[in-house]
Amino acid sequence: MIGDGRSAALVSRDGSLDWLCWPRFDSPSLFGGLLDPRIGGAWRIAPTELARSERRYLDDTNVLQTRFHTAAGTVALTDFMPAASEEEKRQALWPEQELIRQVECERGEAEVQVRFDPRPDYGRAKINLRDAGPLGLRMEMGSHLIALHGPVKLTPAAEGGAAARVRLKAGESMAFALTYTAEGPAVLPPVGDLVRQKLALTVDWWRRWAARARYSGPYREQVVRSALALKLMIYAPSGAMIAAPTTSLPERVGGDLNWDYRFCWLRDAAFTARALFGLGYQDEAEAFVSWMLHATRLTRPELRVIYDVYGERNPEETELRHLQGYAGSRPVRIGNATRDQLQLDVYGEVIEAVARFVESGGKLDRETQKMLRHFGEYVCRHWQEPDNGIWEPRDERQHHTHSRLMCWVALDRLLKMHSEGWISGIPVEPFTRHREQIRRDIEGRGWNAKLESYTQVLGGDTLDTTVLLMAFHDFDEASSWRMQRTYQRHQERLGAGPGLIYRYEKSIEGGEGAFALCCFWIADFLARGGGRLAEAHDAFAHTAAHANDLGLFAEEIDPKTGDALGNFPQAFTHVGLINAALSLAEREERERSHDAVRRDGAARTEGREPLLPEARR
Amino acid sequence: MNVGSWLLWGFVSTVVLTAILAGSQGLGMTRMNLPYLLGTMVTPDRDRAKLIGVLIHFVNGWLFSLVYIAAFHAWGMATWWLGAVTGLVHASFLLAVGVTLLPALHPRMANEQYGPTVVRQLEPPGFLALHYGTRTPISILLAHVVFGIILGSFYSFD
Repeated sequence: MIGDGRSAALVSRDGSLDWLCWPRFDSPSLFGGLLDPRIGGAWRIAPTELARSERRYLDDTNVLQTRFHTAAGTVALTDFMPAASEEEKRQALWPEQELIRQVECERGEAEVQVRFDPRPDYGRAKINLRDAGPLGLRMEMGSHLIALHGPVKLTPAAEGGAAARVRLKAGESMAFALTYTAEGPAVLPPVGDLVRQKLALTVDWWRRWAARARYSGPYREQVVRSALALKLMIYAPSGAMIAAPTTSLPERVGGDLNWDYRFCWLRDAAFTARALFGLGYQDEAEAFVSWMLHATRLTRPELRVIYDVYGERNPEETELRHLQGYAGSRPVRIGNATRDQLQLDVYGEVIEAVARFVESGGKLDRETQKMLRHFGEYVCRHWQEPDNGIWEPRDERQHHTHSRLMCWVALDRLLKMHSEGWISGIPVEPFTRHREQIRRDIEGRGWNAKLESYTQVLGGDTLDTTVLLMAFHDFDEASSWRMQRTYQRHQERLGAGPGLIYRYEKSIEGGEGAFALCCFWIADFLARGGGRLAEAHDAFAHTAAHANDLGLFAEEIDPKTGDALGNFPQAFTHVGLINAALSLAEREERERSHDAVRRDGAARTEGREPLLPEARR
Repeated sequence: MNVGSWLLWGFVSTVVLTAILAGSQGLGMTRMNLPYLLGTMVTPDRDRAKLIGVLIHFVNGWLFSLVYIAAFHAWGMATWWLGAVTGLVHASFLLAVGVTLLPALHPRMANEQYGPTVVRQLEPPGFLALHYGTRTPISILLAHVVFGIILGSFYSFD
């Protein structure tokens, strides 16, 4: 994945750019070969000879490099969307959006084929590629313009689009710049030295951003890679974070569990806030909370499940019947029907995210305080109702234990913020009363004594990993008897191998994979006191080993093959990885302090000076 | 020009325009809050921004009403429908051009080409201010037409 904070593109191991939606994440695709190689369109740059390829990101950047090794030479393909600070961008005329592909022969020689085959609007729009000489290969879509600039002339190809073959010798290179223009005349990017300058600026910008990560705990490399991946899914003009940049990558290959994730889910709010604040990305975290509070104003005190990047209602769900889908997985859907669901857990998510914001020094204006109070009052009125729950099943509403938990979180955090003096006007007595009623409800009806586990729904006997979040949200200690029994029961019934777990029982019947986020919840749970530190490390390492060659995760993992399933990459999974690592780092710190205090005590008993006086300080 | 009448009805029409915009916000039609947008040009403090923004907004109201009144004088009459037409033209210009210029004028507003740098900024309003809610153009049109109707109906030449 490469991106610019407004859009993202996916590049395959064979140098094919198979997915790009411009100008926004949720815009129709320009290249959609991922969902149909015949109709969707792609832009491939690769040697014509048989080649072995390997990929990597340039260290601490989102600049992707694919290296092709053929019998005669080695070719490096560098893909990126230029990034720079706003000050740097103001010093030169930058295209509205730009994607650069630079190919360089590093050893021997190689013939490289460039095949450019854009298919706008998911392959539905009429294609009108026109060669305008020095102005590039151009395609107009209404008043919008797509233009490709490069050093070689591409000629119409029989199978569609335009193509060229170029022989490169060691040390030779060429670059192509694809631009998008919606406002005013197009900016024509030169593709000579300026590409090298833009690459240097981009590498520098990403490295400076990655260096801001305030994290020195275990698995730093994976944590920083996850942060970089998340950054590509944040829509910079508003601060919103999308769930994934793709639609309809199947949760079951060949099946129909194919959804559009190019929107923003409120259920991710608390986890996202913890990850961003925890790593020290204050700007991104504050922008995210600010977007969330801004987006929710139109419907307050009711909250929608999903919003688009500007806080609007996401489009209705429709099927693209002309596309065959990824590996024949139909239907391909755009829009998302969960927009009409009721999920009571989102109140807890939003309020907990705000609580993290104020804990880190943020301030709430009076209008926001009033809005939060109204959310609390809404929770008091509605917490006893059934809802669709966090996993959004499209059947009847039920009394989900996790939704109750998050209603408890909503009231608990409001009361805590009030007691700290961060928010005023909270009706303490009714909020406290409802909070206690919810606790009794969860502890009474959410607990199945026969099963010795908290269950998915109140009074039920099915399991769901979301109940383990009681430890994450400070409802119960991870080391308590009930949580320990719950954890064991979940491992027995939902475990899918080392470091893998299904999200709930229905997903096993449905043929889904292990849910990557839930796998990281397990490591988080163990790190919070649910197990020994070594067990937590084991769980984390086993799950983390399922990342692809670039350290990226999809939504699910096939327990049999280890393949990624579902939309890719998935922000929620990377948020889970970061949070689990943060919990591991906290646990290590606690154990170090504990050891130091113990050694200190032993030293005092023996009448010696303490070994680690600094630990006591 | 009747200065007393301009000051009075310019103020009244601005009060009504503000009430309509605030009402649309309260009813969940739009997130557009003109005083807040104006105030955040001066300060990032939300509460202070609203107060300062209201003051700037009223000064703006008087200045814009002066343009309406100049038009009435040019036509030689002030009627409710002339006011309505002027309000319609004013709102259309504001939606099609004015709000799209805001990111360039506002020191705390992102633009559509912003990124990947993220700081806590105001969202850009977008064409017709649609990013602030799909019904935003309706409330802005309505508020400005009513603004013009009040001026056209009550402004006195004498």
